[in-house]
Amino acid sequence: MAVPKRKTSRSNTRHRRSQWKAAAPALVICARCREKKLAHTVCPTCGTYAKRRVLDV
Amino acid sequence: MPTPTKGPRLGGGPAHERLMLGNLATALFEHGRITTTEAKAKRLRPLAERLITFAKRGDLAARRRVLTVVRDKGVVHVLFTEIGPRYENRHGGYTRIVKVGPRKGDNAPMAVIELVEPLQEQVVAEATGATKRAAKEKAAKATPAAKAAPVEEPTADAATDEAVEAAADEAAPTEAPTADGAEVSTEDAEESAAEADKDDKA
Ligand SMILES: [Zn+2]
Repeated sequence: MAVPKRKTSRSNTRHRRSQWKAAAPALVICARCREKKLAHTVCPTCGTYAKRRVLDV
Repeated sequence: MPTPTKGPRLGGGPAHERLMLGNLATALFEHGRITTTEAKAKRLRPLAERLITFAKRGDLAARRRVLTVVRDKGVVHVLFTEIGPRYENRHGGYTRIVKVGPRKGDNAPMAVIELVEPLQEQVVAEATGATKRAAKEKAAKATPAAKAAPVEEPTADAATDEAVEAAADEAAPTEAPTADGAEVSTEDAEESAAEADKDDKA
């Protein structure tokens, strides 16, 4: 069975983990309530999409 | 005819996918709108629209074809008696998919798939156009044939009675009883006009 030859140093671990980044989603402004929302998606604030009520908020 | 699906099935295999899509279609026809994942909604759309096309055909063979997918006889009855006739004047595009963002637990992109409303504005426009046409024909015929007027009146009365009945029966807000009544009355008017035509020729 293949096993690591050396313990991963604290430095290597931290260098690797410094590359974990969360990307902010690109949001658009809802035409109806001016809140930010995901594009091509129902607005979670006012529950409408394309001037049509989809969700009960 | 929908394009055959390439790549891996939903769930554990082809049989699992068939079962899931059948259950999703049953739920969609039962409730009118369901919330599911985007992938399932996109796979469900061609199947559901095909089933509605069978429902519009309406014969026994079509009913048996649908029953192989939707196992619930009650839902199939609703599909053939209510959903199919509702889309009589619409050629495809019976469902709408709207994305509703990621799910809380596993961040899966979710969507709402729903049966679209029947074509109401267009029906009303056609109805008013038909009444105008009928009125014009009637006016043109008034001089050569006085027969058209007595034929017209009883059918018009019947049409208004039917419209009143329809308005009383239809309590559901989505059905738009006035549009239905208008359609019925104009159809009657056209029929009577056609009868008048035959009378003139004979
Ligand atoms: Zn909004």
